[in-house]
Amino acid sequence: MVATTQPDLSALTSRVRQNVVRMVYAAQSGHIGGSLSATDIMAVLYTKLLRHDPQKPDWSERDRFVMSKGHCTPVQYAILAEMGYFPVEELSTFRKKGTRLQGHSVLGKPGGVDNTAGALGMGLSFGLGISLGARLRGMNDVTTYVLMGDGEQQEGQVWEAAMAASFHKADNLVAIIDRNRIQNDDFVEKQMDPMPIGEKYRAFGWAVREGLDGHDFAQVEEGLTWARDTKGQPACVIFETTKGKGVSFMENNPGFHGAAPNADQFAAAMQELGADA
Amino acid sequence: MTTTAPAPAATREALGPTLIRLQNEGHDLVVVDADLGASTSARRFKNEFPERWFEFGAAEQDMFSAAAGLSTMGFTVFASTFAVFAEHAYDQIRMNIAQPNLNVKIVISHAGVTVGEDGASAQSIEDIALFSSLMNFRVIVPADVVEAAAAHELAAKTPGPFMIRTGRSRERVIYPDGVRLQLGKADMLREGTDVTIVAIGTMVTRALDAAETLANSGIQARVLNMASVRPLDEDALVAAARDTGAIVVAEEHIALTGLGAMCAQALATKLPVPMEFVAVPNRYGESGTSSELMEIMGLTPEHIVSAAQSAIARKR
Repeated sequence: MVATTQPDLSALTSRVRQNVVRMVYAAQSGHIGGSLSATDIMAVLYTKLLRHDPQKPDWSERDRFVMSKGHCTPVQYAILAEMGYFPVEELSTFRKKGTRLQGHSVLGKPGGVDNTAGALGMGLSFGLGISLGARLRGMNDVTTYVLMGDGEQQEGQVWEAAMAASFHKADNLVAIIDRNRIQNDDFVEKQMDPMPIGEKYRAFGWAVREGLDGHDFAQVEEGLTWARDTKGQPACVIFETTKGKGVSFMENNPGFHGAAPNADQFAAAMQELGADA
Repeated sequence: MTTTAPAPAATREALGPTLIRLQNEGHDLVVVDADLGASTSARRFKNEFPERWFEFGAAEQDMFSAAAGLSTMGFTVFASTFAVFAEHAYDQIRMNIAQPNLNVKIVISHAGVTVGEDGASAQSIEDIALFSSLMNFRVIVPADVVEAAAAHELAAKTPGPFMIRTGRSRERVIYPDGVRLQLGKADMLREGTDVTIVAIGTMVTRALDAAETLANSGIQARVLNMASVRPLDEDALVAAARDTGAIVVAEEHIALTGLGAMCAQALATKLPVPMEFVAVPNRYGESGTSSELMEIMGLTPEHIVSAAQSAIARKR
C-alpha cells in the first residue's frame, strides 16, 4: 500500500510545487514559502483523508478544508486543480484581472474553497462553526480540517476558538499547524514566539501530536489520521516543516514569504523541482 | 380616550420571543451568544431549543466567525450582542459574513446613547455607519418592539446578512396593531406638506411628538419611519423633497456618517432641498439617564421642531 502510493504522492507534490512557483512567478506576487511548506500536508490530506468529490464541490456531507492561512492560495489552488476541481491551465490566471483565483481565499471561488481568508486567526472559529453545525445536522462523518501557520498562533482569536472548541467537545474538528518557523517579516521566534504551541493547546483541552515531519508522507498521514479519529475532544497536529521546501535558496529564507522570484530564480527553482526544461 | 395604550417596551425585548416563535413555525435557526443572552433577550431561546443554542462566552470574534461557519451548514444563524461589542469583531463580520454573503443575522442591542449610565464606552454611536459600509448587509433600525419583532422575522425569511439595531430604553409603542416592515420601504406615519422628518429607532416617537407641536403652529410635517436604512427608500426621500421642500433627519447616531449623511447623498444627486440633522453632534457620550443623554445630545422633540423651522426658513 505504502510502496505503491508514495511514488504517486512524490509526483503529485512535485507538480504542485512547480505550479506554486509558476503561479507566483507569473503573477509576480504571492506567497511561495508557506505554500511549499504546506504542500506535502495538503497532498496527503486531499488524497488520503478528505472525503470530497471534485465533481460535486457542494456535496453537503463532504469533509471541509478551511484554509486559515489564507495567503497560501498557491498550494490550495494547485491541489484543487490536481484533484480535478478546475483545469490546471486556469492556474495561470492566479492574481490576474478577472480571475476566480484571487490572491487570498474566497469562499466558493472556485468550488472547493470552503472559506474566505486573508486576515489571520479566523479560520479555527469558522471551522468550529462548521463542526458544530455538522454535529447538529447529525452528519457524524464530516470532519473539518483547519490549516494554520505557526505565526498565526499569535492572533488572539485562535485561542478564543481553541477554548470554545474544547468546551463544545468538537471532536470533529482538526487543527493542523504548519510549523515552518517563518512569518512575514522574520523568523517567528524573533517576531513573537508563540511556543510552546502544543502545550498551549493541551492546556486549552485539546489532544495534541507534535514533532511530526510535515514532509514525510507516512508521518503526515499518521498524524492526520490520529487527529481525525480522536474522540471526545478536538485534536491538533503540529507538523515540523521547512518554509520554501524543495527550492534550496528559498528554504528557511524569510525573503520568500511573500516575494516573487525573478527570471533567474524562477529557472533555478524549476530545475530543482524537476520541471521539464 | 378609553383605549389602553400598550406599555412602553424596549426594542431589545422582541428577540427571544420572536426567535422561539420562528423556530416553532418551522424555521431552521441556530442562535449564538457571547454571554449577553439575558440582556439581549436571546437566551429565552436556549430554554426552548437548547441544542440549537451555542454559547461562546465573552469572545465576540470567535462567535461571529463561528456563526459564519454554522451558516454554511444551512442554518439561519442569529448572533446577538451589545452594539459596541459587535464593533469589536468588525473584521470578522466583514471577512467571514459580509464578503461571502452568508446567512447570519446580527442583532445589536443597547445601541446609542440611551444605554445611559454605562457611559461613553458602552454607547455605540457609529454602528449604522460601520454596518452600512459592509456590502451585502441589510441594516434595519426598528422604531418599537413590534417593529423589532417584524425585523427579526423579515431577516429570518430573507437570505443573507442583516444587522438589526435595538435599544435598552423603554419607548412608546407606535405599532400596537402590527406593522408591515418592508426592505427599502419607508413607512409614512404622518402626512404633511411643509417639511418631512425622516427618523429611525428612538427618534421616531420624538418625530411624531415634534410633528404634533409643529401642527399647533400651523406647520404640517410629514413623518417617515426609515427603519430600512439599507436598502434606503430613495423614492420616498425624493417624494418628500418634492412634496415638502425641506427635510430633517433624526437619528440616535453620530451625525458625521449616519442616516442623515446617506439621505443627503441620495438627495444631492436627485433633488437637493434644505436639510437639517438631529443627531449625536460628533462627540462621545457620558454617564446619565437615557433621557438626560438624549437632552445632552440634542435628541429631543424640541430639537426636531427647531430643526424643522430652520429647514423651512431656508426654502426659497
